[in-house]
Amino acid sequence: MRVRVNVQRRPGIADPEGSTTAQALRSLGFDEVGTVAIGRAILVEVETDDQDEARGRVEEMCRQLLTNPVLEDFEIEVLA
Amino acid sequence: MFPGTNCEHDVAYALQEQGATAELVWHTSEDLSGFDGVVLPGGFAHGDYLRTGAIARFSPIMEEVARMAAGGRPVLGICNGFQILCEAGMLSGALMKNRDRSFLCRPVHLRVESTNSILTREARVGQVIQIPLNSYEGNYVAPAAGDQVILRYCGADGEVDDESNPNGSVDAIAGMANAAGNVAGLMPHPERAIESVLGSDDGALLIGSFVASLQPA
Repeated sequence: MRVRVNVQRRPGIADPEGSTTAQALRSLGFDEVGTVAIGRAILVEVETDDQDEARGRVEEMCRQLLTNPVLEDFEIEVLA
Repeated sequence: MFPGTNCEHDVAYALQEQGATAELVWHTSEDLSGFDGVVLPGGFAHGDYLRTGAIARFSPIMEEVARMAAGGRPVLGICNGFQILCEAGMLSGALMKNRDRSFLCRPVHLRVESTNSILTREARVGQVIQIPLNSYEGNYVAPAAGDQVILRYCGADGEVDDESNPNGSVDAIAGMANAAGNVAGLMPHPERAIESVLGSDDGALLIGSFVASLQPA
């Protein structure tokens, strides 16, 4: 089972990469662009057929290693 | 030392110059008995994979480092070592990419904010020193109440303002210590400024403080 973890900076943590990208988009003429947030995605393959178990295990991985709670929030998506 | 550590010889040399006996210990070691203190030197432990310090904190040696810290022994993290101590929760906060997204390698001025730490005990509050900064992820965030700010980035006369803050660190924080003062970390490199021929010997004050904090185990 494949699980995707979407990692984003927590609110209030500066995101220079995002704000620079937003500026670049506006200078290309995309005037409607507001905030751009750059995060990352981590794909984890888990050997189980149980969606809840996969989600629970990956959540534990996020807490122990994959994300830093000082800087980042995460969302888990089970891709099946 | 972790795979990717690259400042260990400079640190060992600096410690020896200050009168300590230093030995390099590989990260898979599980025994630090006989040592009076430990320094986590700079570099790119485990390739900085995932986040700086994120993998290193699970190296076998880190349990021993935590044990020494809990036992009141001096534990110092320099640059990547500071990042590792933060990831391991031995110091609060985290270090993220520099505000202007550039790697910084230049001397910086620091103001001593507290002398209640193994790194600053021989300095005086308000003292301004100059040592090199050499990092991409030195932007410090989120100090917790209880931990102490020991060093701030400043101008040549000690003024702390946005202009003298090289990487966007919150409150211009360059170095932190725990409440007891026995665990300390900083982004700049004191071991690279211990002789005037290197441009500054101010780092000797910090390394000397660490050595003075060592008590026989």
